[in-house]
Amino acid sequence: MEDTILSIEGIHKQFDTVKALDGVSIDVRRGEFLTLLGPSGCGKTTLLRIIAGLEHPDEGRILLNGQDVTDWEPNRREVNTVFQNYALFPHMNVERNISYGLRLRKVPKEEAHRRVEEMLELVQLAGFGQRMPSQLSGGQRQRVAIARALVCQPAVLLLDEPLGALDLQLRRQMQTELKSLQKRLGITFVYITHDQEEALNMSDRIGILHNGRLEQLGTPDDIYERPITRFAAQFIGQSNMVEAQVLDQDPDGLLTLRYAGGTIKAKGQAQPGELLTLSVRTERVKYGKDTRYGFDLSGTVKAHTYTGGMLRTTLLLPDGQELTVSGMGGSDERVAVGTQVHIQWDPACSAIVERREPGEKA
Amino acid sequence: MKKLGKWLPRLYVAVLLAIMYLPILVVVIYSFNDTKLFQWEGFTLDWYRKLMTNRVIGQAFWNSVKLAVLSSGAAAVLGTVGAIGMSQSHFKTKGLLENVSIIPIMIPEIILGMAYLAFFTYLQIPFGMVTLVIAHTAFCIPYIYLNVKARLAGLDPSIGEAALDLGASRTRMFWDITLPMIFPAVASGTLLAFAMSMDDVVISFFATGPQVTTLPLHIYSMLKMGVTPEINALCTIMLGVVFLGAALLRLLRASRKAQQ
Repeated sequence: MEDTILSIEGIHKQFDTVKALDGVSIDVRRGEFLTLLGPSGCGKTTLLRIIAGLEHPDEGRILLNGQDVTDWEPNRREVNTVFQNYALFPHMNVERNISYGLRLRKVPKEEAHRRVEEMLELVQLAGFGQRMPSQLSGGQRQRVAIARALVCQPAVLLLDEPLGALDLQLRRQMQTELKSLQKRLGITFVYITHDQEEALNMSDRIGILHNGRLEQLGTPDDIYERPITRFAAQFIGQSNMVEAQVLDQDPDGLLTLRYAGGTIKAKGQAQPGELLTLSVRTERVKYGKDTRYGFDLSGTVKAHTYTGGMLRTTLLLPDGQELTVSGMGGSDERVAVGTQVHIQWDPACSAIVERREPGEKA
Repeated sequence: MKKLGKWLPRLYVAVLLAIMYLPILVVVIYSFNDTKLFQWEGFTLDWYRKLMTNRVIGQAFWNSVKLAVLSSGAAAVLGTVGAIGMSQSHFKTKGLLENVSIIPIMIPEIILGMAYLAFFTYLQIPFGMVTLVIAHTAFCIPYIYLNVKARLAGLDPSIGEAALDLGASRTRMFWDITLPMIFPAVASGTLLAFAMSMDDVVISFFATGPQVTTLPLHIYSMLKMGVTPEINALCTIMLGVVFLGAALLRLLRASRKAQQ
C-alpha cells in the first residue's frame, strides 16, 4: 500500500434539507496533488472545511497521519488552508500576516523572521513584507495567502479555488508556479476547483464530486480517457453519449453492439441484450472511407463549425441521432456537407459509463 | 429662467444653514458680550471666568462626564458582545429578539423615563448615580449593537476562520482578528452613545435623585431663572466639544474606509 497521509472515511453532511456530502471516502497519499473537481454546490468546499475542522461531519471520520482528528478543533490540526478569497488579515502587514501562525506557535522572533523571509522569497514577494494587504494586487494577495499557510509546514495544504478570482493569464502562470512549488516542497495538496483544465494539468489524481458523492477518483488520464459514470464523462471534455445494445461478444473480448441502425465495436464485458451507454470523446470519432475497426455505421456530414484551432463537425445518423466530431482546424480540405461517410472509432477509446438490462427504465 | 435654476439651490442651502446655525451663532456671540442685555457692549471673557469658578456647574459637568463614560463604556462591552453572539447564533426567534433589543431607540424618551422611575422605585434602588448609569447604559446599548452588527455583517467570516486554521484558539481569534476589525464600529457607536448620554435630559430627569445633577439637568434648572450669559458660555464650550467629537468620528470613518 502506498503511504496514506489523510483518510476521508464515509463523510456525510447535511445542511437543513440539502445533503452536501453523501458518503465520501478518499485516501490521500503523502506528497500527492489531489484535486477535488466538481460544479458549484457539489460539496467540495464542505469537504475541505470538514478536513480543516471548520465544519463537523454528521457521520464519518477524518484521519490525519493515522490519527482520528474528526473532533479536533481546527487549531490543533496539522493542516492549513488557502481560502478562496485569500482571507488575509486586513489590519496586519504582509510580514505579520505570514508570521501569525508562527507567533501562535511561539517560534522565536529571529527564526520566525527568517522563515517569513524565506517564504516571501519562495512566492516571489521578497521586499513586500511591510505592505498592507490593501496595497497588493490580486495575484500578490494570493501569494501571501499561500505563504501564510505554508510557513507553518502543514502535513496537508488545503486550497479552496485559490485561483478563482484571478484573470486567465495570471491563473495559468500561478498554476505552473503552484505545481512546481508543490513538487519542490513535497507537501500534500488537496486542491479544489471547478475548472477541468486546471484539474487536468496540475493534479496527480482527480476526484470528481457530484451531488455530494464521489463519482470517480483517478489520474487525469483515467478521468479523461476512461470515465466510469455519465456525469464524469460529460463534466470533463466533450463526449458523445452513445446508447447501444450488445449483440455479441467475440472470444477476444470485443463487443458488437447495435447503434443507430448499424453496428459498432467496443471493448468491455457485457451480456448479449444489455443496453450500454458509451462515452466517446469527440476527437476520437473518425469519418471517411476507412473501415478498419469493423464498424458498420454510416451517416452524412450535416454541418461544420470552425473555431480557430478546432473544426467541429456534426454527423447525422440514419435514425436521426447526431454525433459530434472535433478535428484540427485549418486542415486542407473539409468534407462537403451532405457527403455520405463511414463512421468509426478505436473500440479501445470508448468507455462504458452506464449499463442496464433490456426493459429496465433509463 | 436659467438664472433662477442657478440661484435657487444656493438660496435653499443658505436658508437651511441659517435656520440651523444662526441661533447657535447668537448663543456663541452673546457668550462673549460684556453685558447681560441683548445688545452688544464689547468683547469679554468674564462669563467664561465666572463659569470656571462656579462649583455647582463644575460638579454637574463631572457628573455628566462620569455618567457618560460609565454608561457608554458598559454599553460598548454589552453591545459588542451581544452583536457578536447574535451574528454567530441561529435560532428561530432571532429576528424577534433583535427587534426587541433595538426598540428602545424608537420608544419616546418620556415613556422610557417614566418606566425607569417606576422600575427603580419598585425595586427600591436609591435614586442617584447608580440608577442613572443603569438607565443610560440601557438606552446606549442599541447604538453600539447596531453599529457593530452592521460591521460584522460586512466582514468575511473566512478571515476569522483563517486565524483558527493557523492555530488560534477562539479567544485568540477574538483579540487578534475580530476585535481589531470591528473596533472602528465599536468606537463610533460608543462616541454616539457618549454624546447621547451627555445631552440627555428627559431620562436623567426621571432616573436621578436629589443629590446628583447632570449638566443638562442643571442648565434646564438655570433656565428657569432666565437665560444668563453664563449659560451661553457653557453652551459654547459644549458646542466646541461636539464639533470636535464629530470631527473625530469623521476621521474614524475615513480610516475605516481606507482599511477596506
